[in-house]
Amino acid sequence: MQRIGVFVCWCGSNIAATVDVHAVAEAAKLEPGVVFSTDYQYMCSQAGQNMIIDAVKEHKLTGLVICSCSPRMHEATFRKTAANAGINPYMVEIANIREQCSWVHKDMPTGTEKAIILAKAAIAKVHLNTPLTPGESKVTKRALVIGGGIAGIQTALDIADAGYPVDIVEKEPTIGGKMAQLDKTFPTLDCAACILTPKMVDAAQNENIRIISYAKVEEVGGFVGNFHVKIRKKARFVNEDVCTGCGLCTEKCPQKKVPNAFNLNMDNHRAIYIPFAQAVPKVAVIDPDYCNMLKNGKCGVCAKVCTAGAIDYKQEDQIIEEDYGAIVAATGYNPISVEKFDEFAYSQSKDVITSLEFERLTNAAGPTAGKLLRPSDGEHPHTIVFVQCVGSRCASCAGKGKEYCSKICCMYTAKHAMLVRDKYPDTEVYVFYIDVRTPGKNFDEFYRRAVEEYGVHYIKGMVGKVTPENGKLKVQASDLLADRQLHIDADLVVLAAAIEPDKSARPLATMLTASMDTNDFFTEAHPKLRPVESPTAGIFLSGACQGPKDIPETVSQASAAAAKVIGLLSKNTLKGNPCVAQSDELMCNGCSSCANVCPYGAITYVNKEFRMPDRTTKVRRVASVNPAVCQGCGACTVACPSGAMDLNGFKNNQIMAEVDAICK
Amino acid sequence: MKFSYFPGCTLKTKAKQLDVYARKCAEVLGITLEEIPAWQCCGGVFNASRDEIASKLSAVRALSAARDAGQPLVSVCSACHNVIKQTNAAMQDDGEFASHVNHYLTQPGQGQAEPYYGETEVYHYLELLRDVVGFDKVKAAVKHPLTGKKIGAYYGCLLLRPSGVMAMDDPENPQILEDFIRAIGGEPVIYAMRNECCGGYMTLEDKALAAKKSTAVLDNASVNGADLLVTACPLCKYNLDKNGKNDLPVVYFTELLAEALGIKE
Repeated sequence: MQRIGVFVCWCGSNIAATVDVHAVAEAAKLEPGVVFSTDYQYMCSQAGQNMIIDAVKEHKLTGLVICSCSPRMHEATFRKTAANAGINPYMVEIANIREQCSWVHKDMPTGTEKAIILAKAAIAKVHLNTPLTPGESKVTKRALVIGGGIAGIQTALDIADAGYPVDIVEKEPTIGGKMAQLDKTFPTLDCAACILTPKMVDAAQNENIRIISYAKVEEVGGFVGNFHVKIRKKARFVNEDVCTGCGLCTEKCPQKKVPNAFNLNMDNHRAIYIPFAQAVPKVAVIDPDYCNMLKNGKCGVCAKVCTAGAIDYKQEDQIIEEDYGAIVAATGYNPISVEKFDEFAYSQSKDVITSLEFERLTNAAGPTAGKLLRPSDGEHPHTIVFVQCVGSRCASCAGKGKEYCSKICCMYTAKHAMLVRDKYPDTEVYVFYIDVRTPGKNFDEFYRRAVEEYGVHYIKGMVGKVTPENGKLKVQASDLLADRQLHIDADLVVLAAAIEPDKSARPLATMLTASMDTNDFFTEAHPKLRPVESPTAGIFLSGACQGPKDIPETVSQASAAAAKVIGLLSKNTLKGNPCVAQSDELMCNGCSSCANVCPYGAITYVNKEFRMPDRTTKVRRVASVNPAVCQGCGACTVACPSGAMDLNGFKNNQIMAEVDAICK
Repeated sequence: MKFSYFPGCTLKTKAKQLDVYARKCAEVLGITLEEIPAWQCCGGVFNASRDEIASKLSAVRALSAARDAGQPLVSVCSACHNVIKQTNAAMQDDGEFASHVNHYLTQPGQGQAEPYYGETEVYHYLELLRDVVGFDKVKAAVKHPLTGKKIGAYYGCLLLRPSGVMAMDDPENPQILEDFIRAIGGEPVIYAMRNECCGGYMTLEDKALAAKKSTAVLDNASVNGADLLVTACPLCKYNLDKNGKNDLPVVYFTELLAEALGIKE
C-alpha cells in the first residue's frame, strides 16, 4: 500500500478564487492511502517545495499528488522536488485544477467539486505508479544545418566557433540564399553583398564547416543526439575539388539561352555557369537540361577549354550518410507566384515586375548592370507605381494569397522608392499601401525619410487594375484618405509579393517529424519562451522558415538556434523519457498494428522462441520497442488488438483506475 | 446526353442569336437541350437583392425542375447563369434561406412536391463545351475555321464572379473563352479590360458612366489588336454596342460557334 501525500496549491487567487482549496485537501484525506494532505499559496515556490520534502520525510510518503496547474507547466519542477526528497520522480502525479478547472469554472461549488474529483483520480493513479528510470543515450557531436542562406550560414558559423563540426546542406549550387540577390539592405542601405559575402567566405574557410551544396536531405532517422541522415548531392558534372572557378568554360559554352535563375530569368547564362561572381563554392555547374553534350553527346567545348580538367560528364549523384546530434532547419522563404493576381497584369506586361526582380534590376551585378531600365524596351521609367500587400493580409482571397502580413515588404518598398528618387530625381514614385508597418529599430525614421526627404507619394489604398495600353501601364487605384479614384499612367509597376516558406520545407518537416502551421511555417516549441526550437527534440529553427523575418531578426534567431545546438552538443549523454511503450511478449501476436500507427518508427519485430505448455518450443513474431526512439505518444497501446502494448507511466490499469475514480 | 435548358427572357427577345445558335450548335455537337417547361425570369441581379427571397423563387423552380427531370441545368446568358448558380449555392449552404424558400414552394398550388437543397449540377454553355463536349471535339467539328481572325474575349463581371461560387475559371486570368476561340480556329487577343464591368444597369441611371466603362473596354481591346469581341452577356453587348464610343463589333460567342460549325444562315 502506498503512503500518499496530497498538496493542493492556491496559485495565488488563480485557483483559490474558484476552488475551495481547503475543502479539496480535507476531502483528499478521506481517500485510501492518503496519510497527509495540505494546501499552500504557491506550491512551486521554494517554501512550497520544502514543505513537500519535509512531509515526505516526516510521513514516509511513497507517492505524491500535486493539485496545481497543468503538468506542462510544473510537472518537471515537482519531479525534481520528489527526487530531492529521496523518492522516484515518477511517483508524482499532477491533478490539473487550474487550466482544466478553476480557469474554466465561474462558481466555487462546481469548481470545488471538480477539483476533488480530479484529485481522487490522481490519487487512484498514484496507487499503481511504479518507479521508472530514464535510459541514457550518447550525443553525436556534429550538427546539420539545412539551408545555406544568411540564417543557415550564421547558425553554422556560431556552432563552428564553439568548436563543433557542422555540415550545411544547400539545394542551390552556391550558398548565400535570398540575401545574395538583394541590392541594398534597410535601414542602413549598406550593400547586401558587401556584408554577406565575407560571411560566405568565413563559412567556406572554417575548418569545422563542411558545405554540401547542390544537395538535399533525403532521409532522416534516429532521434535527438543520434540522428542518421542521408544526403543526395546532385551531379554538377564538374569535379568540385579540381575546378578553380576561373570561369573560362562559362564564356566558351555555345549554349547561351539558359534562363538565369539568379537574375530571376531576366537574362540568360550558358549551360555551364557559376551562379554569381562571389559564389561559394566558386565552382561551375552544368545544367543537364540544356547541355548539348549531356543531351545528345555533341559538344564537349567546356572540357576542351578547362585547363584544370575538372569537367566530368559521367559524374553521378552522390549519397552522403552522416550522424548528427542536432538538426537546424533554415530553409527560408520565396515570394509567392503572382500569377493569380493578374489584375496587376504581371502575365501581360514585362514592365510589371516583382520586388525581387526590382532588386536585380538595381543591382550592379544584375541584368542591366544596375541601371534602372524597363524590361520591355530598355527605356528609363519616369513614373513608377509600387503596390504593397500583393497576396499579403489577404483573408478573402483564399487559395491565392496569404492571411498573414509578410512583414518585410513595407521596409523594402520604402527602400526601393527612396533609392529610385535618390538616383533618378526626375522619376515620380507612388506607393500604394493598406498600412505602413515599420516597427523596428530605425525603421519608422527610414520610412519618414522616404516621404519627407525624398518626396515619395505614399497613398493609402489599393490598386484595382493595371491595364497595359500603348506602352504605358494604366493604373487604376483608390486614394482612401482623399476618397477618390486615381488614374496613373505608369512606366513600371512593382509588386510587393507576399512571402511563403520554401516548397522544400513541408517534405523536410515530414522527415524530421517537426510540426508546421497551416501556412507551412515550422512551429516553435513555445511561441514566446522557446522560439527557436521545434517541439520535436533535437530539431531547431533558424530564419524565415519559422515565419516572415528581415535580415537582423533572421541573424538573431540564427545565433539563438546555434546557442541551443551548442547547449545540446556540449552534453555527453542525454537522459531519455522512461514513459515509453512496452510490449507484453506473451500476449503479442505479431499483427503489426502497432508498427503501422507508430509515427516515430520505434517498433520492430523479432522472432523469439517461446516454451509452450506441452514443453515444446515455438518461434513467434513479437513486437519490440526501441525505448530511445519511442516518444511515448501511446498510439500503439490503443491500436493493439490483444492489449499487449502498454505505456510506462500511463499503463492501461492506471488510466482505468482514474476513470473509475472519476465515475465513482 | 440530355440537359435541362434555361434560356431566359432576353434570349427570347433582344438576344435571339444567343439562344437560337446555342441550340443548333448543341445538336451538332451531340447534346440535347430540353427547355424547361414554363420557365420564368431568372429573377435578375442576385447581389442587388441579396436578402430578397421572392426574386430567387423562379431560379429555384428552374433548378428543381431540372432535378426532377434528373438532368443537369444549362444556361447561356451570363446574367441568368450568375443568378442560378448563386441561388443554387445559397440553397446548399444557407439553411435559413433554403428553409424559407422550400416552405413557400412546397405549399399546395406551388407545384413543387419535394424541398430543394441545391442538388442540381449547373453548367454554363461554355463549361458544357469545355467539360462535357471537350474543346478538342469542338475543334474536330469545325467546318469553317475562323483562321486569322483576331478575337478578344469579353468576360464582363458576372460570368466569373464571385469566383468561389461560379468556379468557372480564374477571375483575374481566365482562359475558357480564349480556349474556345482557339477551338474554332481564331486567334485570341489578351487584353487587360476583358474582365472589367461594361457599366451594367448603370446605363439606366447614368449613361455617361456606362459609356465611359464600355469605351475603356473597347479601346483597350482594339489597341491590343482585336478585330472583334465575343461575349455571353446580352447586357454587355447592349452597353458595348450602344454606349461604347468605338465601333469594334461585338457578337455572341454562339454566333461564332455556329459560323465555324457551318450552320449559320
